[in-house]
Formats: sequence, C-alpha cells, structure tokens
Amino acid sequence: MIDLTSVAKSYSSEVTIGPVDLQIPAGGITAMVGPNGAGKSTLLTMVGRLLGMDTGTIEVAGYDVVSTRSKDLAKIVSILRQENHFVTRLTVRQLVGFGRFPHSGGRLTPIDEEKVSESIDFLGLQDLEKRYLDELSGGQRQRAYVAMVLAQDTDYLLLDEPLNNLDMRHSVQMMQHLRRAARELNRTVVIVLHDINFAGHYADHICAMKNGRVEHFGTPAEIMTPEVLSSIFETPVDVVEGPRGRLAVYY
Amino acid sequence: MAETLTTLPAREEQRPAEAQLTGRPPVGERSAGAWPTRFRRNRYWIILAGLALLSVAITYGILGWENPMPFGSDGFWRIAKLRATSLVVIIVVAFCQSISTVAFHTVTNNRIITPSIMGFESLYRVVQTGAVFVLGVAGATVVQGLWQFLGQVLVMVAFSALLYGWLLTGRFGNLHIMLLVGIILGGGLGAFATLMQRMLSPAEFDVLTARLIGSISNADATYLGFSLPMAGVAGGLLWLGSQRLNVMALGREAAVNLGINHRRTMIIVLLLVSVMMAVSTSLVGPMTFFGFLVAMISYQLADTHDHRFTFPMAWLTGFVTLGGAYFVLKNIFYAQGSVGIIIEIVGGTFFLLYVLRKGRL
Repeated sequence: MIDLTSVAKSYSSEVTIGPVDLQIPAGGITAMVGPNGAGKSTLLTMVGRLLGMDTGTIEVAGYDVVSTRSKDLAKIVSILRQENHFVTRLTVRQLVGFGRFPHSGGRLTPIDEEKVSESIDFLGLQDLEKRYLDELSGGQRQRAYVAMVLAQDTDYLLLDEPLNNLDMRHSVQMMQHLRRAARELNRTVVIVLHDINFAGHYADHICAMKNGRVEHFGTPAEIMTPEVLSSIFETPVDVVEGPRGRLAVYY
Repeated sequence: MAETLTTLPAREEQRPAEAQLTGRPPVGERSAGAWPTRFRRNRYWIILAGLALLSVAITYGILGWENPMPFGSDGFWRIAKLRATSLVVIIVVAFCQSISTVAFHTVTNNRIITPSIMGFESLYRVVQTGAVFVLGVAGATVVQGLWQFLGQVLVMVAFSALLYGWLLTGRFGNLHIMLLVGIILGGGLGAFATLMQRMLSPAEFDVLTARLIGSISNADATYLGFSLPMAGVAGGLLWLGSQRLNVMALGREAAVNLGINHRRTMIIVLLLVSVMMAVSTSLVGPMTFFGFLVAMISYQLADTHDHRFTFPMAWLTGFVTLGGAYFVLKNIFYAQGSVGIIIEIVGGTFFLLYVLRKGRL
C-alpha cells in the first residue's frame, strides 16, 4: 500500500500541491488522471523520492520514502519519468540490464541476465535488443525504459505517462502488459494517463486530481460518469456504453 | 580486466541448452555486457593492446632514443634515469587529465565542458601571477617547493569544494547554474590575472610566461613523491566506482530510481576530479583542451558506456598523445618546451570542429 499523509509542496503562493491524503491499495493498476497542471506527475515523483515534499509523509509498503535508504527503496519501488536523458552508446539490452543494478551492483549474474531477457521479451523488444538507443524511435525507446523498470523487479511501479510517443497498437499492448504484470506478478502499478478511456478500461482504481488536490478516488465505474469527468476536466463529457465498456466522449 | 576476459565465455557457454528449450536466439548472444557483439569486444581489446604496445615504444623512445651508451650498460641507465622524470610526469598528467575529464563528463551528463572550464586554470594563473606581482622575480621561486605545491593543491581543492558545496547543496542544486558560475568565475579570475600581468616588468613577465605554459621539462621532481600517490588514490577510487558512474550517466532521475545517492556521489566525484586536476595543473600548468581531446578520442576507441573499460583506454590514449608529442617534438624538432602549445592547438581545433559539426553544446 502507498500511504500519503497530508503531503504538500508549494512552488509559489499560487501554485501549491496538496495537502493530499491518499491511500493507494496494493495490487492492480491505479491510474492518475486530471487536467494539465493538476499535480499528477509531481505527486508521482514525490512518491518515487525524486522530488522532496515540504510537509507530510509518504510510505510505500510501510517504508518512509524520505528516511529509508535510497538503495533499499530501489528494490521496493521503481519510477519512470517522461523524459529521460539517454546515453548514445547504450544498447537496449544494456539499458534494461541497469534495471538489475539495485540487486547486482552492476555485475550481472546469470539470474540477472534471465530477468533482463524476460523483461525484454515481455515488451516484445527481442529483435531490438542489440540496437543502440539513438537508433530507435521515440516509442521504441519508451518501451525499452519500461522494460528497464520492469527488470528492476519491484513490487511498486510508478510510471509517468508511459503511453507518450506510443502508437495505438503499442499503447494497447503496453496497458495489457502492465495489467498482466499487476495480475500475474502481483505488482502495484501507479500510472499517469492522459486518455481517460485507457484509464477507464485498464485501471482497477482511478485517482482524479485537480488543482493539486485529489478530488475523487474510486473504481472506474464510480469515476466514469458525466458529472465527475465534466467537473474534473472542466469540459462537457458524455459517457456512453460502448461495445467494450464505458467510453467518455468529449470531442 | 583479466577476470572479465575469462568469465565472459564461461557465462555464454552455460546457456545454449535452455536457449533451445525457450526457442530464443542463441542465448550466448544475449548478455548485457559492455559491448553488444563479439566483434566490438574484440575491437576494444585489439585497440587497447595496440595502444599498450605504442606506449611501450614511446617509453623506450623517451628513455633510450639517441642515448649514446649501449643498451643495458650502467651509463645507459644513468642517462635513462635523468629522462625518467619527464616520463613519469607524462604518465601522471595523462592519468589525471583523462580520468578526471571522463568522470566529469559522466556526472555532468555532457561531453563538452571539461573541469578546466570550471575555473581551475584561472585560479592557477592568479596564484602564480599574484606571487610574481607581489614579490617580483623572486616571487616565482616562492610558489615553488614542496609545501607550496601542497598548498596550491589544497587551495584548488578547497576552491572547488566551496563552489560545489555552495552551489549543489544550496537552493540551486542545479548543474547549469554551477557551470555558468564556474565560467564566470574562471573568466573573472583570468581577467584579474591578465590585469596583474599588464603591470609586470618585461623581465618578470618573461619568468611568469615560462611558468604558466604547460611544460613537461618544467615540472619539479620533488613534487612527484606526493602527486603520484594522490593522483593514484583519486583515480583508483574513480575506477572502483565505475559501476556507479555508469548509472550516473543515465541522468539524475534514473540514477536515484536505481538507488544511487545522486548528490553525494556527484560531490565525491567532483572532489576527486579536483584533486587530480590540481595535481596535473600544479605539475605542468594549464592544459585546457588536452583532457577534452583525449576523452573524445577514447570514447570512439572504447565504444562502450562502461567506465571500467573507458578509463584504461582514456589513460593509454592520453599517454600516447602526450608522450608521442613530447618524443616527436624533442627528438625531431628539438622543441620539447612547446608540447603544451602544440597539444592545445590540436585540442582546441578539435574542440571547435566538434562543436561546429554537432551544431550545439
């Protein structure tokens, strides 16, 4: 379980996040949705200890993210940001191999190599694993980074808009992969999504944020209503029953 | 390194059986080593061996070329000993400049800015110029000597500790601001040194110039007993931290995600870098583009992200470049004093070409 207690961060007197009190249950996919600037990514980076908070505490699986050693946290929670600085002379496999760093300290054992292979296969990157990162498209590189945090083998996985740069097919595959990881490997996935329909279809819980605060937290059935979505996104949203579940229509 | 050579094939042999079961491509090919293919790995070791041979040849060339005594005789070794100082200075300077530049590039996630740009040379120039300015020609000898040498190293390390400590742990915590402040400080100190130089008498200026332009024959052997272990320990620590440096190269967020204490690692690396830069600058004076030249060449030659392999390549490249230039200039052009100048010209041209070709910083 991820437990946030009165977490707040202020950039200036107008721009503040929180205070947020939130419990994200273990297991399943929790999607964070909301308009631009709602604080979804900021909250996620604070949970992933990439950003400090001003007040409050965050615990992941009972470990305080500020006081627990970064080295130990790296085996419990992994986080992937949107933009990643990439090293040009690095192949996909070498990048994914870095996911094993918290476990191996850099010297990959056969078991580590096995995990790396699994993770690469999981995201369908077998044919690309020897390519250098600068030879890949944005979407392929995105998948390679997700493979890296999967190889890290943590119970908690925080992903900041992993569907960026991905086409329709790979977006759907990515969400299916993540759902499989959540169900079969019993991981907890927290994911920032822009497309509310992806959240409605694949997530087990949806956390809707607005103006730095959590407005709603619930199952997709509770969040996917015209009233909730219209107020969160401040734009008229209709929800219709589609052939594969509810769809938000806002075009 | 020998260990890596022997373990790699063994690891690959363990896998074919399961590879057939899982229907994957031969697993021997599936390992996240320093190079993706056998060809690239062999290429590295061949180049490294070639550079090592070249280094041995240069070492012999520096010690034995035009040595009037027959090889192996007492006289030969006596003359060789006299020349050995320059050789050791070349080895130490190549070591310091190459290792520190590569490590600096990694933790700052850029391949343009080198430690020199952080104001090191300028500080050195201010210390040297200040001594001559205040004390006259006699002052030039005041900044020589063992304690003065240690003092200079200390001043330079303290300077960087202050700068890094203030900028990195303060509210900025931002590398770009630190680099900008470094450039401005460097420019300011450089201007201050130039101002003092303008006011020197020609005789004083002459003495100072000889001191400021990097020269291998200029270095005093009494310093070596101290600079050698200092540089060795700093460089050794960086090499031992190769795995962490590899992760640091991924950028702050990826490094923190993988459990690296980014800020602490960064400060430690920058301090080790400043120790090595101080040793090098105090020995032979400023060498602005040498580190850049060597680092860029060795990235191409090593062709890997793994610092365990980049570091040795960089050191050998540095030694071959500096030692080769010294040997050629000394024995063919009889101008060993201008090694620094030549290296700066080549390095500076290379730097410009690189920036122009890439089109951005």
